[in-house]
Amino acid sequence: MAEQIIFYILAAIIAVFSVMAVTSTRLIRSALYLLFVLLATAGLYLLLGYHYLFAVQTAVYAGGIMVLFIFAILLTQKPGERITPEPLKQRVLAIVLSVAGIAFCGHIVYYNFNRVYSFVKEAELPTKQLGMTLMGTEKFQYLLPFESISILLLACIVGAIMIARKR
Amino acid sequence: MGSILENFTSGIIPMEAYIFVSFIMFFSGIYGFLSRKSLLMVLISIELILNSADINFAVFNRYLYPEHFEGFFFAMFTIAISACETAVAIAIVINIYRNLNNVEVDSLDELKEPEASDEK
Repeated sequence: MAEQIIFYILAAIIAVFSVMAVTSTRLIRSALYLLFVLLATAGLYLLLGYHYLFAVQTAVYAGGIMVLFIFAILLTQKPGERITPEPLKQRVLAIVLSVAGIAFCGHIVYYNFNRVYSFVKEAELPTKQLGMTLMGTEKFQYLLPFESISILLLACIVGAIMIARKR
Repeated sequence: MGSILENFTSGIIPMEAYIFVSFIMFFSGIYGFLSRKSLLMVLISIELILNSADINFAVFNRYLYPEHFEGFFFAMFTIAISACETAVAIAIVINIYRNLNNVEVDSLDELKEPEASDEK
């Protein structure tokens, strides 16, 4: 019961703040709403029992990416500046498209969802097994993607410095 | 909707509830991507879309294959990749601001820099 209440609170936070994040007229506020959405998503991972994913989401998304966003907003906007609203036609078109999409997907999911899933209650993921899976080289183990991600991060650091440096 | 309300007290959270939450997040991201003009708002919308995909990975893994780790690791790698993507995109945005003095999508009609004076 408590899990249900926590889930519906988190779902309401995500629904309200993700709509507010894309409709706000001040950039810094929409970055703040995005932060709320990301933290509520981390709460969802905690509710699913994925504690490590919760930690990664909080540290990387809510920590790192939000700092990048806030720096970029402060570097490119004047403080307190409002964005001029977009033309009505463009907004109405986008609203129609997204409402149609949500209705379509909701219809498919609601009518065609087989109830074959089983939520195993006490299946806590042991962190040792996670580490073994991340570092192993056998079948269903993930050393190669891990190394590819590390090379991608290196390339991204070099690329970001190359793009943004002063000439 | 009735089944969701029926399950409200029965102990487990239905899987569709998670999927609907990620739908709302995804389509508000789509709305922002299509309607906003500032490059940073477009980036924020992309973050929302990627985040809803992460929720889907984790939920499908937890409910359908609780003994496997595929969705878990794909969600984790997606988080790392989106961190890379945001860093590079924000570097590009700051470079655009340095050249054009705004970050509106409409003002980006050529890729080449305005003058070649800074080439060495």
